[in-house]
Amino acid sequence: MRDDTCNRAFFEGEIRRLLGRLYGVALRLTGNPAEAEDLVSETTIKAWSKLDQLEDRQSFPKWVFRILTNTYVSSRRQAHSGRTEPLEEEGEQAFSLFEKLHQPFLLWWSNPERELLNKLLGEDIERALDSLPENFRTIVVLVDIEGYAYDEVAESLGVPIGTVRSRLSRARSMLQRGLWEQAEAAGLTVDSSTKEHVHD
Amino acid sequence: MTEPEKIRCEEVIAHLLSYLDGEIDDVKRAQIDRHLEECRGCFSRAEFEKALRGRVQQAADTQPSASLQERIKALIDQF
Repeated sequence: MRDDTCNRAFFEGEIRRLLGRLYGVALRLTGNPAEAEDLVSETTIKAWSKLDQLEDRQSFPKWVFRILTNTYVSSRRQAHSGRTEPLEEEGEQAFSLFEKLHQPFLLWWSNPERELLNKLLGEDIERALDSLPENFRTIVVLVDIEGYAYDEVAESLGVPIGTVRSRLSRARSMLQRGLWEQAEAAGLTVDSSTKEHVHD
Repeated sequence: MTEPEKIRCEEVIAHLLSYLDGEIDDVKRAQIDRHLEECRGCFSRAEFEKALRGRVQQAADTQPSASLQERIKALIDQF
């Protein structure tokens, strides 16, 4: 199958079409442009070498993103071998942006959550994601960006599904806290008499 | 068909993210569906969480650099 010129054209076309998203996911996983480029390259090589195993071409996008994720997880596992995982129970308390936006003493706009979403730039979200500890960032990327089910994440990371749930919950809390702190730093949380917009 | 049992806002909020992830059993899903039809506050919260997730998903929509495009093309040319 792979020797067919047709297959190579298919492969090249799909990789080209998906390259931006592959790089974006790799960048969010690694938090580093050079590592992200290496990860995409390694994924491309692996995907080509396994193309014979792909039965349904329509599932190529999901398949190639799975290769990218597995390659990343495997590399991190090797890098962390011998280290002890941090305890899941410690640290971050539940944090909700929605609740913060609806504090009664904050005199905001008529629809504060819509206003905040409108004002947040892509780079604000990227910064908040990149600042998450690796274990937590990975799980947010797998679930919220790649759309993995919890049991798929558990299998991929080799952790119990309960760990996926608790880690995801904490990761989302941290992410929302990070966004809130950015909004505060940009002056979004002052009262209506002195309110400023973060990105006019 | 029996109507799902009514549940309180606190319970909805506790399960909201799992609900949005599709990681919840059918009974709880039906209860939350019903609650969201009747509770403006929880409905707004669910909509906010969905919208925020949409923004997070967009964080992976990145333009690859010209050097990466060339690197991948060079790789494929060797296959």
